[in-house]
Amino acid sequence: MAHITLIEAVTQALACEMRNDSSVVVLGEDVGVNGGVFRATQGLQQKFGAQRVIDMPLDELTIAGVTVGLAVQGMKPVAEAQFEGFIYPMMEHIACHAARLRTSTRGRMTCPAVFRSPWGGGIRAPEHHSEANEHLFTNIPGLRVVLPSSPGRAYGLLLAAIRDPDPVIFFEPKRIYRQYKEEVPDDGEALPLDVCFVLREGSDATLVTWGAQVKEALEAANVLAAQGIGVEVIDVATLTPLDFDTIRESVKKTGRCVIVHEAPKTAGFGAEIAARLAEESIYDLLAPVERVTGYDVHIPLYRLEMKYLPSVQRIVAAVKRTLTAS
Amino acid sequence: MPIAATFEIEFLQYLDAEGKLVRNDLPAFARDIRQLIELYRLMLYIRAFDTKAIALQRTGKIGTYPPTLGHEAAQVAIGSAMQEDDVFAPTYREHGTQFCRGVKAREVLQHWGGDERGSYFSAPHHDYPCCVPIATQCLLAAGSALAFKLRKEPRVAVAAVGDGGTSKGDFAGALNIAGAMQLPLVTVIINNQWAISMPRNVQTAAKTLAQKGIAAGMECLQVDGNDLIAMRTAMDYAMKRARHGHGGMLIEAITYRLSDHTTVDDAHRYRSDDEVKAAWQREPIKRMKAYLMSLNAWTDKEDESWKAECATKVDAEVNAYLQIKAEPVEAMFDYTYAELPADLATQRAAVLAAERGR
Repeated sequence: MAHITLIEAVTQALACEMRNDSSVVVLGEDVGVNGGVFRATQGLQQKFGAQRVIDMPLDELTIAGVTVGLAVQGMKPVAEAQFEGFIYPMMEHIACHAARLRTSTRGRMTCPAVFRSPWGGGIRAPEHHSEANEHLFTNIPGLRVVLPSSPGRAYGLLLAAIRDPDPVIFFEPKRIYRQYKEEVPDDGEALPLDVCFVLREGSDATLVTWGAQVKEALEAANVLAAQGIGVEVIDVATLTPLDFDTIRESVKKTGRCVIVHEAPKTAGFGAEIAARLAEESIYDLLAPVERVTGYDVHIPLYRLEMKYLPSVQRIVAAVKRTLTAS
Repeated sequence: MPIAATFEIEFLQYLDAEGKLVRNDLPAFARDIRQLIELYRLMLYIRAFDTKAIALQRTGKIGTYPPTLGHEAAQVAIGSAMQEDDVFAPTYREHGTQFCRGVKAREVLQHWGGDERGSYFSAPHHDYPCCVPIATQCLLAAGSALAFKLRKEPRVAVAAVGDGGTSKGDFAGALNIAGAMQLPLVTVIINNQWAISMPRNVQTAAKTLAQKGIAAGMECLQVDGNDLIAMRTAMDYAMKRARHGHGGMLIEAITYRLSDHTTVDDAHRYRSDDEVKAAWQREPIKRMKAYLMSLNAWTDKEDESWKAECATKVDAEVNAYLQIKAEPVEAMFDYTYAELPADLATQRAAVLAAERGR
């Protein structure tokens, strides 16, 4: 059984679904001969041919529009945006067509496409290569936004994304692309796209997070456990449509919630979760909801970027504040 | 200095503004008088519809509407040159082509009358709905063309785009990939000289819009877009080579937007009456009628009786449209995802409860 990294799990899922379904095609910049700049599509063109792993001209706009056109025609395109900082030209096609065609044609046309992109900071990359911009997509109806945080969830959720009949934005936290390996059987088993993952149970506070920040959240939970504080860690790997039930149930038990994300604080997706807690869980809360996030600035270049990203210390401090608030 | 590359753009015209034949190599379809009359009738039907649609907007029976006046030859040529299995990616102003493709007038009215079901299309099921974000349809069509090529299907994707749309990256990107991958994509620029208030000569310094395809390695042609015979000839040529794997083509159809941009626009604010008056001399229906009459294939009497028939047909469509009730309120939720997510189901239930409580 293979022990693989998160990025190898992406490759494994792509290969698996390309074997299962001849309508799956991969397209993007440098995805073919080169196997992708992060090697997510390594070996796929050799295995499946240039007709199914397509090197595209250097234009994100073209990649996005062509992806929608392929999907409408009954293909299952998996497009790659080389970096999330270059995804903006794609947004018009994602918002105006991919996410909307089912509605605007009353179900006549659908767009079963996946838009994959490396995501997030912390790899000492150049400008525009380190963004956390998932919240720009979570407000688009008709779209699913998925952000796995482990090799196993990357594999199972990517399979689910490709099989889903609606368009999916699939962000891959590049900081943990190669952080650790785990056993991921290539069994073709998809994970559900509409449930949160409870990674650790605890009764004193709930940590809600996603993406690379899951690592810091779990480390913070370890630090707090050593101090006798039990923290429940929830990975919201499928941001939209949101499974709020899992979060609500956890907060009912713990009475405290800290939301952790990399993106800027104001109007980040944490704001939606905090608002839902205020609407539906206010009487279960023993302390104000805390958010540990990026600041409302552009992520700095690499000398300062780790000062921007939520740290274990900031998370631990926030959880402790919720414990002393009541 | 040595020349690195040269190019030229040909201009195709069969009928001049008076309907006189200016070439002697009429293609076969144009020698079939019955077919020409059919196409001419379609142009009249489109104009009858357009006139009625504007009246419906003025009386509040539909919302904002983009008129097609003056575009009839280009629209009929595109629609009649396509096969059923091909895919059409329109702007928001291609109702005439859509009629040729099987879209019903009542469906077009339903769309502009604020009802998404108008884009469900009883036929053809694989055509794109009217596309409002400028030129994005060019890339959607390129994607469809890529699917045809990958699946080795003898089908062609056709995109219509305006003169203003040629300024957009989507247009350039679609031509580029169609050229690079030799996709069966026919792109037709409906150059009606005006992008709302911006005239063609201010939109770009390019001498022709057709030449924008040269950079993409595309075969390009400028056509008199008010000349049905020239337009259809160009389309037949482009469709045939695309269908047989010879790649895409860019056609620039020179026409004129005789009406306002939409029913909320007032073109008098930015263009002269003299210019519009001159454009009326070149309009497509007048010259086709003159040509048919010069062949003794059509009479004023037949013209009047067909116009009356068009009015009846359009009225029947309008009446059918007016009978259509609004969708139930929950419809706004039901086509967002294949399956209704839990949160959306909650919102839907709340709306239904509120509606029942009224």
